[in-house]
Amino acid sequence: MIRLKDIQKTFNFGSSNEYSAVDGVSLTVEQGKITVFSGPSGSGKTTLLSMIGCMSRPTSGRIWLQDREITSLPERFLTHIRRQTFGFIFQQFNLVKGLSALENVILPALPGGENRKKLSESASKLFAIFNITERQDARVEWLSGGEQQRVAIARAMINDPEIIIADEPTAHLDTKLSREFIEIFSSLRDRGKTVIISSHDPVVCDSPIIDRVVSIRDGRLQ
Amino acid sequence: MEWIEKQRNVLDFTLSSILRRKSKNIALFVVFTAMVFLLASVLFFTGAIKKEASQLLRAAPEIVVQRMQAGRHTLMPLTAVDTISAIRGVSKVEGRLWGYYFDPVVGANYTLIAVKDALPGTMVIGNGISRARGLYKDDMMTFRTYLGDNTAFMVSEILSAESELVSSDLMLISEQDFRNLFGMKEGLVTDLSVTVKNSRELATIAQKIADILPDTRPIIRDEILRTYEGAFDWRSGIMVVLLSGSVLAFVIFAWDKGSGLSAEERREIGILKAIGWETSDVLLMKFWEGAVISLSSFLVGITLAYLHVFFASSVLFGPALKGWSVLYPHFRLTPAIDFYQVSALFILTVMPYITATILPSWRASTIDPDAIMRS
Repeated sequence: MIRLKDIQKTFNFGSSNEYSAVDGVSLTVEQGKITVFSGPSGSGKTTLLSMIGCMSRPTSGRIWLQDREITSLPERFLTHIRRQTFGFIFQQFNLVKGLSALENVILPALPGGENRKKLSESASKLFAIFNITERQDARVEWLSGGEQQRVAIARAMINDPEIIIADEPTAHLDTKLSREFIEIFSSLRDRGKTVIISSHDPVVCDSPIIDRVVSIRDGRLQ
Repeated sequence: MEWIEKQRNVLDFTLSSILRRKSKNIALFVVFTAMVFLLASVLFFTGAIKKEASQLLRAAPEIVVQRMQAGRHTLMPLTAVDTISAIRGVSKVEGRLWGYYFDPVVGANYTLIAVKDALPGTMVIGNGISRARGLYKDDMMTFRTYLGDNTAFMVSEILSAESELVSSDLMLISEQDFRNLFGMKEGLVTDLSVTVKNSRELATIAQKIADILPDTRPIIRDEILRTYEGAFDWRSGIMVVLLSGSVLAFVIFAWDKGSGLSAEERREIGILKAIGWETSDVLLMKFWEGAVISLSSFLVGITLAYLHVFFASSVLFGPALKGWSVLYPHFRLTPAIDFYQVSALFILTVMPYITATILPSWRASTIDPDAIMRS
């Protein structure tokens, strides 16, 4: 369970172009469910997601992960939590060009000090789950959009995180691929994962498999 | 164990990153290697030649006594032999006959030395003279005496190649032939070589010689060695000064290539941070990247320099370091490496490069990872 209390994120604090991307958000995200942050561009979805995922800190307010307050933790601990607890899927997928799909997938786990062979085995299992085993040695820039999307999900899963965070994951996908994506999230939830998605794509927000849609506008919950 | 696996994993990723940016890294490797090669060649050559010179000088007289007249070296009367022999501590005094002969055919100066065991009418020559004049055993060579007439000597032997560094331009003839060739009277020699019983007394005996024979100049062997060292240090210094332009160009190039992060590299660091790499992990990766490039370049550069100096006779800049002469000696130096200098070269090339690669990455890796979510 993730709990947010009076979260505020202000950019350019003290200057003339100061603005609050997130303004006084209090929220509880349930464990083992798919939650979507929905809202137009600039509504604060991504900012909220990055604070939940320990990528940035709120200007004020507090976030609890289970019973642990994480907003006051030093950078080093935040990184550790980010690596162990969260798996990220980015809008552009952000795969590293020039590396194979397999190398991309094991990337988050490299600093963990696990044996490379074991990591490759874990990655191969994920490739099998996502039906792209035959593409695991191909360089990511040679993959189709759908294959890249699966590689990005596999990468988010390599450390077996409890929570998957996806930022506008269907923004560059057609309807068919978007639906496939949602199906994958459904299977992840069935395996006990918590999924948090930011999206304003109706294919995602109106999907029956979504447990909860949280509407955001101008940094506030609606 | 976990620590080792982490290093292996990060190093693996680093190597694949290096291969992904082939053109940039190959250019860096080539320039870095060339730089180390040039500097190490100069260091190796200078170190080896100084060692060679000091070994050769071990056989040289402990003290050489020259007579001075009006501030110039002049011939020494043999009567001084008895005077110096009388000094306590002196074990042996010998007159030496040596000088130079200019050969207009090849435009080279030969060093002539009179030796006791040479037969009149014959000569032993160095390899350089043999090559320059195409002379071999039993060939004759004509000389012009001080009176303007000609005299010829037969080559009885050619000196071995091992001694070529000092014997390239050497010509050994009999004492009588030497005197006839240069018109040097009996009772006069070029200088005296003095051997002493206790090497600790060298300075004292040299001082006594200078006191008893005020018109002479005693030269201790160590002083000659210092002169040699000075000469080769000066030459290597000149080379280093000439190379300093290249060094500067290398520093600018390495700084630019090593420290400049492309947009792609910044993005990659952002991705790594976003997916859970710590700042220290990114720095570790950049450390390995700098270390792999600079260490491999350093080792290859040092190895090439070693082969160049000790197996290829320093073909690239040997003439500048050996000296200016018509009769360049052909010789192979005995490998001698000054590890202090190699360490200094390591510290001056590898360390700054690794620092240059880490610093900008440190700046890039301290940005919030959420920046990548907004890119």
